[in-house]
Amino acid sequence: MTYHLNYDYVWRHFSRLSWGLVLSLELAFVSILIGMAIGLSLALAYTSGGGFVRRAVAGYVEFIRNVPLLLLVYLIFYGVPSVGGFAYDATESFVITLSVYAGATMVEVFRAGLAAVPRGLIDAGKAIGLTGWQRLICVRLPTMFRIVLPSLSNAFVSLFKDTSLASVIAVPELTYGAQWINTNSFRVIEVWSVVAPMYLVTGYALLFLLQRLERRFTVH
Amino acid sequence: MSEPASVPVVRIRGVKKAFGNNRVLDGVDLDVHKGEVVVVIGPSGSGKTTLLRCINLLETYDEGSIQVDGVEVGFRDGGEGVRKHRHDRDLARIRADIGMVFQLFNLFPHLTARENVMLGLRKVRGRTPADAKQIAEQWLARVGLGDKFDSLPSQLSGGQQQRVGIARAVAMGPKVLLLDEITSALDPELVGEVLSVVQELARDGMTMIVVTHEMTFARDVATRIVFMDGGRIQIQGTPREVLSATGHDRLKAFLARIEMKHH
Amino acid sequence: MLYAIQSLPFLWDGLLITLQVSALVVLLSLIAGVILGIGIVYGPPWLYWPIRIYSDFLRGIPLLVLIFFIYYALPLIGVNFTNFMSVVVALSAFEAAHIIEVVRGAIQSIHRGQNEAAKAIGLRFTQRLLHVIAPQAIRRFLPPWINAVVDTVKGSALVSLVGIVDLTLAIQQVIGRTYVPMPLYILGAIMYFVINYILSSASRALEARFAYIRE
Repeated sequence: MTYHLNYDYVWRHFSRLSWGLVLSLELAFVSILIGMAIGLSLALAYTSGGGFVRRAVAGYVEFIRNVPLLLLVYLIFYGVPSVGGFAYDATESFVITLSVYAGATMVEVFRAGLAAVPRGLIDAGKAIGLTGWQRLICVRLPTMFRIVLPSLSNAFVSLFKDTSLASVIAVPELTYGAQWINTNSFRVIEVWSVVAPMYLVTGYALLFLLQRLERRFTVH
Repeated sequence: MSEPASVPVVRIRGVKKAFGNNRVLDGVDLDVHKGEVVVVIGPSGSGKTTLLRCINLLETYDEGSIQVDGVEVGFRDGGEGVRKHRHDRDLARIRADIGMVFQLFNLFPHLTARENVMLGLRKVRGRTPADAKQIAEQWLARVGLGDKFDSLPSQLSGGQQQRVGIARAVAMGPKVLLLDEITSALDPELVGEVLSVVQELARDGMTMIVVTHEMTFARDVATRIVFMDGGRIQIQGTPREVLSATGHDRLKAFLARIEMKHH
Repeated sequence: MLYAIQSLPFLWDGLLITLQVSALVVLLSLIAGVILGIGIVYGPPWLYWPIRIYSDFLRGIPLLVLIFFIYYALPLIGVNFTNFMSVVVALSAFEAAHIIEVVRGAIQSIHRGQNEAAKAIGLRFTQRLLHVIAPQAIRRFLPPWINAVVDTVKGSALVSLVGIVDLTLAIQQVIGRTYVPMPLYILGAIMYFVINYILSSASRALEARFAYIRE
């Protein structure tokens, strides 16, 4: 069967793809911010907390990391409103889902980062008379952030790729735009041959920019 | 003193090697006869380790010839006078007859001392497990590790690991043994146990080429000392000749630096 | 609620499909990933670049995009796979790309002195790989590989979007009939959780078993 490439339809509706890409980036960005907030608080709770807290945090992390993201998307979008009695739109729901998902990764990242802060720095802080809180804010957290920057960059790019799942609940991000063009024109090879590189190039660009940022802040 | 055999065990002629602009080996000629212990000394970057590693082709050489027992190590005859690089299979066969002991020991961490020595005997020499076990245990006992057959490398001290390394190389029955700064990574108090093993091997007639910084060892065990600098052999001779050489500036400077380090 | 319990056999069938897809993908991606991983480490330059590009490309796009692309595009180029085969191909290709990186990382983390010592006693390439490199690489390979297996099981949920009745689609269908989303989603989550938790526990056990090989 011969197939003639024709990119007309794709270019005519390119705005769905370009705006979709923007939305994907926004979704990833908001989710990682919320995820970091969740992750940091839980990591701190875990590090300084007792058995019950640790088990609860570990339970949350294990649960999220072992369940497919798709199922979580459905659970939060379709499942929660049915018991809560409210409705939210797809985008809100997806951001919540992805934030919760990111949060689980972030707990691990921050927990490992906190553990990796050299003892010597903490001891130095004690030696100059800083209190526990002061040591946390002035010594441990800043150091930890520098240590975890590479992991954060990778997590962000991962989340960016995960935003493709928003398409299943009709959030108009990049993959949804691609599916729309796909089902309306059957220009399969054309549309995916544009969209796949869009993800690829954006991913690399993000990594590159984040690495530039890292270099300003790295710990040796 | 017996006469040296007519065909040298190792015959090196005009060997050159460059890394980009850096001429690591710049025309090296050397013969090593059976039973000789040739000690190569020189400053870092002089090419001595590279030369050693070219002999069993862990490094390639660009020009010249290295023959072990008459066989060109790095190249085969490609017909019409063309030299072609050897394949892995050929190299494996050639390397089986050349033993090497490494500065960082390089013992196989997932195998016991006995298994480390047995591996080559089983897979390269084709010995039966029983034979290989016996030979391995004999050699380990000879290097003073008769109670460490079942120990893993992580359970051994540096000196013990290096002695396993020596046993592993020697058990293969090599024609020549290459020793690459084998005591440089050891704590000073462990150096002696390793060097006395090497001394014994020399007394038993093992042909050896040794790269080392240990001058007392060189003086006591070497049949010949070779001083390398800038990728070439600058001077060679008996230990007495070389170590008291008054005319050679670079050698004198090098020896002076070594003396200072030991004080 | 009663409906939910009556639907359990149906969910069970979906679970079996999930396990079938996952097992097949794990096997195919392992074989392809290990072979290509060894190729990229030890092979000649003309082998390195194609494998590298393949690995980077497939790891840089979302799995969903790959599944859709292969699902829609294969028929157009004349390849008439069943739905099942298309998704297995897509998932395997995706996971293989990750496994190439795991293999590469495992092999390259081994000190080069090991390969040199193996050469020095006269071992040939296949012997070096089998007796020296692989035993050491496996320890570094297993934990990230089991992670990849868990990712495969999670990724298999996406096949529900192209009509394969796996556990996820089975849940959707049951919800469609019974209108009790939450308990069913929770049940599904628990089922996935159990599978993956068993796998990651196995990973931790294996890590402990091989820990005697200290650097």
